[in-house]
Amino acid sequence: MSIFEYNGSALIAMVGKNCFAIASDRRLGVQLQTIATDFQRIYKVHDKLFLGLSGLATDAQTLYQRLVFKHKLYQLREERDMKPETFASLVSALLYEKRFGPYFCQPVIAGLGDEDKPFICTMDSIGAKELAKDFVVAGTASESLYGACESMFKPDMESEELFETVSQALLSSVDRDCLSGWGGHVYVVTPTEIRERILKGRMD
Amino acid sequence: MEVLLGITTSTSTIVVASKAAMRGATILKTSDDKTIILNPHTLMAFSGEAGDTLNFSEYIAANTALYSMRNDAHLSPSATASFIREELARSLRSRKPYNVNLLLGGVDPISKEPGLWWLDYLASSARVPYAAHGYAQYYCLSILDKHHHPSISEDRGLEILRMCTDELQRRLPIDFKGMTVKIVGQEGIREIPWDMSRPIMAA
Repeated sequence: MSIFEYNGSALIAMVGKNCFAIASDRRLGVQLQTIATDFQRIYKVHDKLFLGLSGLATDAQTLYQRLVFKHKLYQLREERDMKPETFASLVSALLYEKRFGPYFCQPVIAGLGDEDKPFICTMDSIGAKELAKDFVVAGTASESLYGACESMFKPDMESEELFETVSQALLSSVDRDCLSGWGGHVYVVTPTEIRERILKGRMD
Repeated sequence: MEVLLGITTSTSTIVVASKAAMRGATILKTSDDKTIILNPHTLMAFSGEAGDTLNFSEYIAANTALYSMRNDAHLSPSATASFIREELARSLRSRKPYNVNLLLGGVDPISKEPGLWWLDYLASSARVPYAAHGYAQYYCLSILDKHHHPSISEDRGLEILRMCTDELQRRLPIDFKGMTVKIVGQEGIREIPWDMSRPIMAA
Protein backbone atom coordinates (compact mmCIF):
# COMPACT_ATOMS: atom_id res chain seq x y z
CA MET A 1 0.00 0.00 0.00
CA SER A 2 1.28 3.43 -0.91
CA ILE A 3 1.36 6.15 1.74
CA PHE A 4 -0.64 8.32 -0.69
CA GLU A 5 -3.53 5.87 -0.23
CA TYR A 6 -3.38 5.71 3.58
CA ASN A 7 -6.22 8.18 4.25
CA GLY A 8 -8.06 8.04 0.90
CA SER A 9 -9.14 11.04 -1.18
CA ALA A 10 -10.76 12.23 -4.40
CA LEU A 11 -10.15 15.66 -5.89
CA ILE A 12 -11.28 17.31 -9.09
CA ALA A 13 -11.08 20.76 -10.66
CA MET A 14 -12.80 21.74 -13.89
CA VAL A 15 -12.89 24.83 -16.09
CA GLY A 16 -16.05 26.47 -17.43
CA LYS A 17 -16.81 29.72 -19.19
CA ASN A 18 -15.17 32.42 -17.03
CA CYS A 19 -15.58 30.15 -14.04
CA PHE A 20 -14.20 27.02 -12.45
CA ALA A 21 -15.30 24.31 -10.05
CA ILE A 22 -13.25 22.41 -7.51
CA ALA A 23 -14.62 19.43 -5.58
CA SER A 24 -13.51 16.74 -3.16
CA ASP A 25 -14.87 13.81 -1.21
CA ARG A 26 -15.38 14.12 2.56
CA ARG A 27 -13.91 10.92 3.96
CA LEU A 28 -10.97 10.68 6.34
CA GLY A 29 -9.96 7.09 6.85
CA VAL A 30 -7.08 5.05 8.16
CA GLN A 31 -6.83 2.44 5.45
CA LEU A 32 -10.26 0.77 5.43
CA GLN A 33 -11.49 2.27 8.72
CA THR A 34 -13.47 5.51 8.37
CA ILE A 35 -12.59 8.10 11.03
CA ALA A 36 -14.42 11.25 9.95
CA THR A 37 -17.10 11.93 7.36
CA ASP A 38 -16.78 15.70 7.12
CA PHE A 39 -13.08 16.08 6.42
CA GLN A 40 -11.96 19.16 4.54
CA ARG A 41 -9.50 18.80 1.67
CA ILE A 42 -10.27 22.01 -0.23
CA TYR A 43 -9.13 25.30 1.20
CA LYS A 44 -9.85 28.86 0.16
CA VAL A 45 -6.69 30.90 -0.30
CA HIS A 46 -8.54 34.04 -1.34
CA ASP A 47 -11.87 34.81 -3.05
CA LYS A 48 -10.66 33.66 -6.47
CA LEU A 49 -8.13 30.99 -5.55
CA PHE A 50 -8.69 27.52 -4.10
CA LEU A 51 -6.32 24.74 -3.15
CA GLY A 52 -7.16 21.04 -2.86
CA LEU A 53 -4.74 18.64 -1.22
CA SER A 54 -5.06 14.90 -1.85
CA GLY A 55 -2.90 12.22 -0.27
CA LEU A 56 -1.74 11.90 3.34
CA ALA A 57 -4.06 13.92 5.58
CA THR A 58 -1.38 15.10 8.02
CA ASP A 59 0.73 16.50 5.19
CA ALA A 60 -2.34 18.13 3.63
CA GLN A 61 -2.99 19.94 6.92
CA THR A 62 0.66 20.90 7.37
CA LEU A 63 1.00 22.10 3.77
CA TYR A 64 -2.19 24.14 4.00
CA GLN A 65 -0.94 25.89 7.15
CA ARG A 66 2.43 26.69 5.57
CA LEU A 67 0.84 27.96 2.34
CA VAL A 68 -1.70 30.17 4.09
CA PHE A 69 1.11 31.61 6.21
CA LYS A 70 3.15 32.41 3.10
CA HIS A 71 0.16 33.87 1.30
CA LYS A 72 -0.71 36.13 4.24
CA LEU A 73 2.87 37.46 4.30
CA TYR A 74 2.61 38.08 0.53
CA GLN A 75 -0.67 39.99 1.02
CA LEU A 76 0.92 42.19 3.69
CA ARG A 77 4.04 42.83 1.63
CA GLU A 78 2.36 43.41 -1.75
CA GLU A 79 -1.07 44.67 -0.63
CA ARG A 80 -2.79 42.41 -3.18
CA ASP A 81 -3.84 38.80 -3.62
CA MET A 82 -1.60 36.29 -5.31
CA LYS A 83 -2.24 35.30 -8.94
CA PRO A 84 -3.04 31.59 -9.41
CA GLU A 85 0.06 31.11 -11.57
CA THR A 86 2.25 32.63 -8.87
CA PHE A 87 0.60 30.55 -6.18
CA ALA A 88 1.18 27.37 -8.22
CA SER A 89 4.87 28.23 -8.40
CA LEU A 90 4.91 28.84 -4.65
CA VAL A 91 3.35 25.43 -3.98
CA SER A 92 5.78 23.83 -6.42
CA ALA A 93 8.77 25.45 -4.72
CA LEU A 94 7.52 24.48 -1.26
CA LEU A 95 7.16 20.86 -2.35
CA TYR A 96 10.52 20.67 -4.11
CA GLU A 97 12.19 22.09 -1.00
CA LYS A 98 11.50 18.65 0.46
CA ARG A 99 12.72 16.77 -2.63
CA PHE A 100 14.30 13.87 -0.71
CA GLY A 101 11.67 13.59 2.03
CA PRO A 102 8.52 14.86 0.39
CA TYR A 103 5.09 15.83 1.65
CA PHE A 104 2.94 12.93 0.50
CA CYS A 105 0.38 15.14 -1.20
CA GLN A 106 -0.78 15.80 -4.71
CA PRO A 107 -2.17 19.33 -4.80
CA VAL A 108 -4.82 20.71 -7.14
CA ILE A 109 -4.89 24.48 -7.65
CA ALA A 110 -7.78 26.34 -9.24
CA GLY A 111 -8.26 30.07 -9.54
CA LEU A 112 -9.36 33.02 -11.61
CA GLY A 113 -6.43 35.03 -12.97
CA ASP A 114 -6.16 38.30 -14.88
CA GLU A 115 -9.45 39.25 -16.62
CA ASP A 116 -11.03 36.36 -14.70
CA LYS A 117 -9.40 33.73 -16.89
CA PRO A 118 -9.74 30.33 -15.19
CA PHE A 119 -6.52 28.55 -14.24
CA ILE A 120 -6.27 24.96 -13.07
CA CYS A 121 -3.20 22.95 -12.32
CA THR A 122 -2.01 19.91 -10.43
CA MET A 123 1.42 18.65 -9.48
CA ASP A 124 3.09 15.61 -7.99
CA SER A 125 4.45 15.40 -4.48
CA ILE A 126 7.77 16.99 -5.47
CA GLY A 127 6.22 19.93 -7.28
CA ALA A 128 6.28 19.03 -11.00
CA LYS A 129 3.49 21.21 -12.37
CA GLU A 130 0.95 19.89 -14.83
CA LEU A 131 -1.23 22.56 -16.40
CA ALA A 132 -4.51 21.68 -18.10
CA LYS A 133 -7.13 23.52 -20.14
CA ASP A 134 -10.10 21.33 -19.21
CA PHE A 135 -9.88 19.39 -15.92
CA VAL A 136 -7.44 17.94 -13.41
CA VAL A 137 -7.96 15.11 -10.91
CA ALA A 138 -6.06 13.64 -7.96
CA GLY A 139 -6.38 11.12 -5.14
CA THR A 140 -7.14 7.44 -4.74
CA ALA A 141 -10.16 7.77 -7.05
CA SER A 142 -8.13 9.52 -9.76
CA GLU A 143 -8.36 6.68 -12.27
CA SER A 144 -12.15 6.58 -12.25
CA LEU A 145 -12.24 10.38 -12.13
CA TYR A 146 -10.23 10.55 -15.36
CA GLY A 147 -12.80 8.33 -17.09
CA ALA A 148 -15.79 10.22 -15.74
CA CYS A 149 -14.36 13.64 -16.58
CA GLU A 150 -13.18 12.50 -20.01
CA SER A 151 -16.72 11.49 -20.96
CA MET A 152 -18.65 14.29 -19.22
CA PHE A 153 -16.55 17.38 -19.89
CA LYS A 154 -17.69 19.97 -22.43
CA PRO A 155 -15.83 23.21 -23.13
CA ASP A 156 -17.30 26.57 -22.04
CA MET A 157 -19.96 25.38 -19.61
CA GLU A 158 -21.91 27.93 -17.58
CA SER A 159 -21.55 27.74 -13.80
CA GLU A 160 -24.73 25.74 -13.07
CA GLU A 161 -23.98 23.12 -15.73
CA LEU A 162 -20.39 22.99 -14.54
CA PHE A 163 -21.56 22.29 -11.00
CA GLU A 164 -23.76 19.43 -12.23
CA THR A 165 -20.96 17.94 -14.33
CA VAL A 166 -18.35 18.11 -11.57
CA SER A 167 -20.75 16.68 -9.01
CA GLN A 168 -21.83 13.77 -11.21
CA ALA A 169 -18.23 12.98 -12.14
CA LEU A 170 -17.20 13.01 -8.46
CA LEU A 171 -20.12 10.95 -7.16
CA SER A 172 -19.88 8.27 -9.86
CA SER A 173 -16.11 7.99 -9.40
CA VAL A 174 -16.01 7.64 -5.61
CA ASP A 175 -18.54 4.80 -5.81
CA ARG A 176 -15.83 2.76 -7.56
CA ASP A 177 -13.23 3.56 -4.89
CA CYS A 178 -13.26 2.03 -1.41
CA LEU A 179 -11.02 4.70 0.13
CA SER A 180 -12.95 7.83 -0.80
CA GLY A 181 -16.56 8.90 -0.66
CA TRP A 182 -19.07 9.93 2.03
CA GLY A 183 -20.57 12.62 -0.17
CA GLY A 184 -18.77 15.58 -1.64
CA HIS A 185 -17.85 19.21 -1.17
CA VAL A 186 -18.14 21.40 -4.28
CA TYR A 187 -17.11 24.99 -4.87
CA VAL A 188 -18.16 26.80 -8.05
CA VAL A 189 -16.36 30.09 -8.46
CA THR A 190 -17.43 32.84 -10.87
CA PRO A 191 -15.97 36.37 -11.03
CA THR A 192 -18.77 37.64 -8.78
CA GLU A 193 -19.56 34.83 -6.36
CA ILE A 194 -18.47 31.60 -4.69
CA ARG A 195 -21.09 28.88 -4.44
CA GLU A 196 -20.34 26.16 -1.93
CA ARG A 197 -22.42 23.00 -1.78
CA ILE A 198 -22.30 19.79 0.22
CA LEU A 199 -23.29 16.67 -1.72
CA LYS A 200 -24.86 13.56 -0.34
CA GLY A 201 -23.95 10.42 -2.19
CA ARG A 202 -23.75 6.81 -1.18
CA MET A 203 -22.99 7.29 2.49
CA ASP A 204 -21.30 3.94 2.96
CA MET B 1 -4.68 -3.54 23.48
CA GLU B 2 -5.21 -0.15 24.99
CA VAL B 3 -8.72 1.22 24.75
CA LEU B 4 -9.40 4.90 24.13
CA LEU B 5 -12.93 6.15 23.62
CA GLY B 6 -14.56 9.54 23.28
CA ILE B 7 -18.24 10.48 23.06
CA THR B 8 -19.71 13.96 22.83
CA THR B 9 -23.16 14.71 24.22
CA SER B 10 -25.22 17.89 23.92
CA THR B 11 -23.56 19.39 27.02
CA SER B 12 -20.36 17.46 27.69
CA THR B 13 -17.62 15.22 26.34
CA ILE B 14 -17.02 11.77 27.83
CA VAL B 15 -13.42 10.56 27.65
CA VAL B 16 -12.64 6.95 28.49
CA ALA B 17 -9.41 4.94 28.78
CA SER B 18 -8.62 1.41 29.88
CA LYS B 19 -6.87 0.92 33.25
CA ALA B 20 -4.38 -1.81 32.35
CA ALA B 21 -0.74 -0.90 31.78
CA MET B 22 0.68 -3.65 29.60
CA ARG B 23 4.09 -4.72 28.41
CA GLY B 24 3.78 -7.48 25.88
CA ALA B 25 1.35 -10.03 27.30
CA THR B 26 2.02 -8.98 30.92
CA ILE B 27 -0.19 -6.60 32.86
CA LEU B 28 2.06 -4.42 35.02
CA LYS B 29 -0.61 -2.26 36.65
CA THR B 30 -4.39 -2.24 36.91
CA SER B 31 -4.93 1.39 37.88
CA ASP B 32 -3.19 3.22 35.06
CA ASP B 33 -4.58 6.61 34.14
CA LYS B 34 -4.12 7.31 30.42
CA THR B 35 -5.64 10.76 30.65
CA ILE B 36 -4.23 14.14 31.61
CA ILE B 37 -6.00 17.40 32.46
CA LEU B 38 -4.66 20.27 30.35
CA ASN B 39 -6.84 23.02 31.81
CA PRO B 40 -10.20 23.18 33.63
CA HIS B 41 -12.15 22.47 30.41
CA THR B 42 -9.79 20.29 28.35
CA LEU B 43 -8.82 16.67 28.86
CA MET B 44 -6.47 14.55 26.79
CA ALA B 45 -6.33 10.76 26.55
CA PHE B 46 -3.28 9.05 25.08
CA SER B 47 -2.08 5.65 23.91
CA GLY B 48 0.88 4.32 21.96
CA GLU B 49 4.51 3.52 22.74
CA ALA B 50 5.17 3.30 26.48
CA GLY B 51 7.72 6.06 27.10
CA ASP B 52 6.48 8.39 24.36
CA THR B 53 2.92 8.66 25.64
CA LEU B 54 3.71 10.09 29.07
CA ASN B 55 6.63 12.18 27.85
CA PHE B 56 4.60 13.82 25.12
CA SER B 57 1.45 14.36 27.16
CA GLU B 58 3.40 15.89 30.06
CA TYR B 59 5.13 18.19 27.57
CA ILE B 60 1.74 19.29 26.21
CA ALA B 61 0.28 19.69 29.72
CA ALA B 62 3.25 21.77 30.87
CA ASN B 63 3.05 24.05 27.86
CA THR B 64 -0.71 24.60 28.12
CA ALA B 65 -0.22 25.36 31.82
CA LEU B 66 2.54 27.82 30.93
CA TYR B 67 0.19 29.50 28.45
CA SER B 68 -2.51 29.81 31.13
CA MET B 69 -0.06 31.41 33.58
CA ARG B 70 1.46 33.83 31.07
CA ASN B 71 -1.81 35.03 29.59
CA ASP B 72 -4.20 34.72 32.52
CA ALA B 73 -6.50 32.86 30.14
CA HIS B 74 -6.91 29.25 29.18
CA LEU B 75 -6.51 27.97 25.63
CA SER B 76 -9.81 26.85 24.10
CA PRO B 77 -10.10 23.15 23.24
CA SER B 78 -9.84 23.88 19.50
CA ALA B 79 -6.72 26.00 20.01
CA THR B 80 -5.25 23.24 22.17
CA ALA B 81 -5.97 20.72 19.40
CA SER B 82 -4.13 22.93 16.89
CA PHE B 83 -1.17 23.28 19.25
CA ILE B 84 -0.95 19.53 19.82
CA ARG B 85 -1.20 18.84 16.09
CA GLU B 86 1.60 21.29 15.38
CA GLU B 87 3.87 19.65 17.97
CA LEU B 88 3.08 16.14 16.71
CA ALA B 89 3.58 17.17 13.08
CA ARG B 90 6.96 18.66 13.91
CA SER B 91 7.90 15.49 15.77
CA LEU B 92 6.79 13.29 12.84
CA ARG B 93 9.53 14.71 10.60
CA SER B 94 12.21 14.52 13.28
CA ARG B 95 14.90 11.89 13.87
CA LYS B 96 12.83 10.16 16.56
CA PRO B 97 9.10 10.81 16.18
CA TYR B 98 6.65 10.37 19.05
CA ASN B 99 4.44 7.31 18.58
CA VAL B 100 1.34 8.64 20.35
CA ASN B 101 -2.34 8.54 19.48
CA LEU B 102 -4.61 11.04 21.18
CA LEU B 103 -8.17 11.99 21.92
CA LEU B 104 -8.81 15.52 23.08
CA GLY B 105 -12.10 16.26 24.79
CA GLY B 106 -13.26 19.66 25.89
CA VAL B 107 -15.99 22.19 26.36
CA ASP B 108 -15.40 25.63 24.86
CA PRO B 109 -15.44 28.11 27.77
CA ILE B 110 -17.11 30.82 25.67
CA SER B 111 -19.58 29.05 23.38
CA LYS B 112 -20.11 26.23 25.93
CA GLU B 113 -20.00 23.80 23.02
CA PRO B 114 -18.57 20.34 23.72
CA GLY B 115 -15.92 19.08 21.31
CA LEU B 116 -13.82 16.02 20.61
CA TRP B 117 -10.68 15.83 18.50
CA TRP B 118 -9.12 12.69 17.09
CA LEU B 119 -5.37 12.79 16.45
CA ASP B 120 -3.14 9.93 15.36
CA TYR B 121 0.65 9.60 15.56
CA LEU B 122 0.94 11.03 12.03
CA ALA B 123 -0.67 14.24 13.35
CA SER B 124 -3.82 13.94 11.27
CA SER B 125 -6.44 15.86 13.21
CA ALA B 126 -10.20 15.71 12.88
CA ARG B 127 -13.04 17.08 14.96
CA VAL B 128 -15.50 14.25 15.43
CA PRO B 129 -18.73 13.49 17.33
CA TYR B 130 -17.31 10.23 18.70
CA ALA B 131 -13.99 8.45 18.31
CA ALA B 132 -11.88 5.50 19.33
CA HIS B 133 -8.25 4.42 19.08
CA GLY B 134 -6.79 0.95 18.76
CA TYR B 135 -8.80 -2.27 18.77
CA ALA B 136 -11.72 -0.44 20.37
CA GLN B 137 -12.40 1.06 16.93
CA TYR B 138 -13.44 -2.32 15.55
CA TYR B 139 -15.97 -2.99 18.32
CA CYS B 140 -17.24 0.44 19.32
CA LEU B 141 -17.50 2.59 16.17
CA SER B 142 -20.36 0.48 14.80
CA ILE B 143 -22.27 0.79 18.09
CA LEU B 144 -21.67 4.54 18.12
CA ASP B 145 -22.66 4.82 14.44
CA LYS B 146 -26.00 3.29 15.30
CA HIS B 147 -26.81 4.99 18.61
CA HIS B 148 -25.02 8.34 18.72
CA HIS B 149 -26.64 11.66 17.92
CA PRO B 150 -25.23 15.13 18.67
CA SER B 151 -28.30 16.01 20.74
CA ILE B 152 -28.09 13.10 23.22
CA SER B 153 -28.07 13.80 26.95
CA GLU B 154 -25.14 12.94 29.19
CA ASP B 155 -27.07 10.02 30.69
CA ARG B 156 -27.80 8.63 27.23
CA GLY B 157 -24.10 9.07 26.41
CA LEU B 158 -23.21 6.94 29.43
CA GLU B 159 -25.80 4.33 28.36
CA ILE B 160 -24.13 4.10 24.95
CA LEU B 161 -20.75 3.92 26.67
CA ARG B 162 -22.05 0.94 28.68
CA MET B 163 -22.97 -0.79 25.41
CA CYS B 164 -19.42 -0.15 24.18
CA THR B 165 -17.65 -1.40 27.30
CA ASP B 166 -19.90 -4.48 27.44
CA GLU B 167 -19.01 -5.28 23.85
CA LEU B 168 -15.30 -4.77 24.57
CA GLN B 169 -15.50 -7.13 27.55
CA ARG B 170 -17.30 -9.65 25.40
CA ARG B 171 -15.00 -9.52 22.37
CA LEU B 172 -11.51 -8.45 23.43
CA PRO B 173 -9.32 -11.48 24.22
CA ILE B 174 -7.41 -9.67 26.97
CA ASP B 175 -8.92 -8.19 30.14
CA PHE B 176 -8.17 -4.46 30.11
CA LYS B 177 -8.91 -4.16 33.89
CA GLY B 178 -11.74 -1.68 33.80
CA MET B 179 -12.15 1.85 32.58
CA THR B 180 -11.30 5.36 33.69
CA VAL B 181 -14.32 7.47 32.78
CA LYS B 182 -13.97 11.23 32.88
CA ILE B 183 -16.54 13.80 31.87
CA VAL B 184 -15.68 17.29 30.68
CA GLY B 185 -18.87 19.17 31.48
CA GLN B 186 -19.99 22.78 31.79
CA GLU B 187 -18.68 22.90 35.38
CA GLY B 188 -15.30 21.33 34.77
CA ILE B 189 -13.84 17.84 34.71
CA ARG B 190 -15.02 15.03 36.96
CA GLU B 191 -14.29 11.34 37.16
CA ILE B 192 -17.09 8.85 37.67
CA PRO B 193 -16.75 5.27 38.87
CA TRP B 194 -17.33 2.67 36.19
CA ASP B 195 -18.39 -0.73 37.43
CA MET B 196 -17.28 -3.57 35.19
CA SER B 197 -17.72 -6.43 37.66
CA ARG B 198 -21.02 -7.48 36.10
CA PRO B 199 -20.38 -10.71 34.21
CA ILE B 200 -20.84 -10.40 30.45
CA MET B 201 -22.00 -13.50 28.65
CA ALA B 202 -20.03 -14.54 25.62
CA ALA B 203 -22.06 -14.25 22.42
